[in-house]
Amino acid sequence: MNIWILIVYLFGAPIVGGLLAGLDRKVTARMQSRMGPPILQPFYDVLKLLKKETLVVRPSQTLYMEFFFILTIFTGALFFSGGDLLLIIFALTLACVFFVLGGFKASSPYSFIGAHREALQMMAYEPALLMVAVGMYMVTKSFQVIDIIKYPTPLIVVLPGIFFAFFFILPIKFRKSPFDLSTSHHAHQELVKGILTEFSGKTLALIEVAHWYENVFVLGLVYLFFASNVWLGLSMALVVFLAQMLIDNASARVRWQAMLGSAWLVALVIGGINIIYLMARG
Amino acid sequence: MSMLSKSPWIIHYDGSSCNGCDIEVLAALMPRYDLERFGILNTGNPKHADILLLTGSINEQNKSVVLNIYNQMPNPKVVIAVGICATSGGVFRECYNVLGGADKVVPVDVYVPSCPIRPEALIDAAVKALGILEKKRVDLKTGDMILNSK
Repeated sequence: MNIWILIVYLFGAPIVGGLLAGLDRKVTARMQSRMGPPILQPFYDVLKLLKKETLVVRPSQTLYMEFFFILTIFTGALFFSGGDLLLIIFALTLACVFFVLGGFKASSPYSFIGAHREALQMMAYEPALLMVAVGMYMVTKSFQVIDIIKYPTPLIVVLPGIFFAFFFILPIKFRKSPFDLSTSHHAHQELVKGILTEFSGKTLALIEVAHWYENVFVLGLVYLFFASNVWLGLSMALVVFLAQMLIDNASARVRWQAMLGSAWLVALVIGGINIIYLMARG
Repeated sequence: MSMLSKSPWIIHYDGSSCNGCDIEVLAALMPRYDLERFGILNTGNPKHADILLLTGSINEQNKSVVLNIYNQMPNPKVVIAVGICATSGGVFRECYNVLGGADKVVPVDVYVPSCPIRPEALIDAAVKALGILEKKRVDLKTGDMILNSK
């Protein structure tokens, strides 16, 4: 049973992730009253990048991104096979650490600042992500995704504060405004492509596909909050994804101080109140 | 049709242009013409770009910059000289500091001679460039390509 879920995940996640990325670009274009590229455009981009020459500053920068790719898939694989939520968050952190190291290794001013910002972004979203695990444990008495998913009522009912904190840090994971500091799908005014500046060709394609896997995993986390009903979960994951696009188009990029401060404030205050409520409930 | 021609990413460099052509380049990226519907993105990063858009004539000051950007782009790549200044130097051709068009420094594949260009002309040039890009990819694969950076 688990093996089949894993196989479906390994081959399905990049397809779903790529289609979501295409939907993202189309919807974003419509919001800006443009035609927008075809839905399959992200696949065209990745296939093109595979055919391009791969330029590197140092050969080892590619190695770090390969580890990022493998560990991101590993994170999703743990999640979709019903693994331990704490281990999943740890694996995700490790994947992102390799991403940051790759950015530092490519030592150009742009990727250096991008890597710094990526590290700050990790600091910003980590508390909220841990609270998701803690909150779900307090309700379901298990860290295992396979047990959490079997909880009879939607977790959002008892975890609204934690969901809000998680929703607040989602733009970081989707690389959307207002928190697209380290890199984004649009060129930055101040640091070109940020952490991705020195990556080209096959490595860039690898990073893009890893990002699709990551998106599917993050939407999986959203699904967990509504897991009692499959259709409710899937539709809410889509709604959250569309909400991210609206936020992306409606907001400007903030400075890192504002990102870190607000993300921690929301996580610790609103998420914290939610946890105190759970404790009081017993 | 290859994937290469479905997702050409451009980088735009303003040599010593009067900004006339640059405004038109940006106009082509705006909602009315929306180059992104062909998958064309303005990357601003030579390492991600396939097409180099050069506007303005080449002089001693920007020669090394243009060459640097060109050399940082991964193969296969094409260069479009946008406007009459980038094509031949235009009215500035006789100036003491002007070397001439973009082809004095980098190999240009498509010329768009007008002053300034129209967004439609740029879209037309981009479509022409896509054909050349595809040919270069095949050449690169079969080993026929001469890497001609001067």
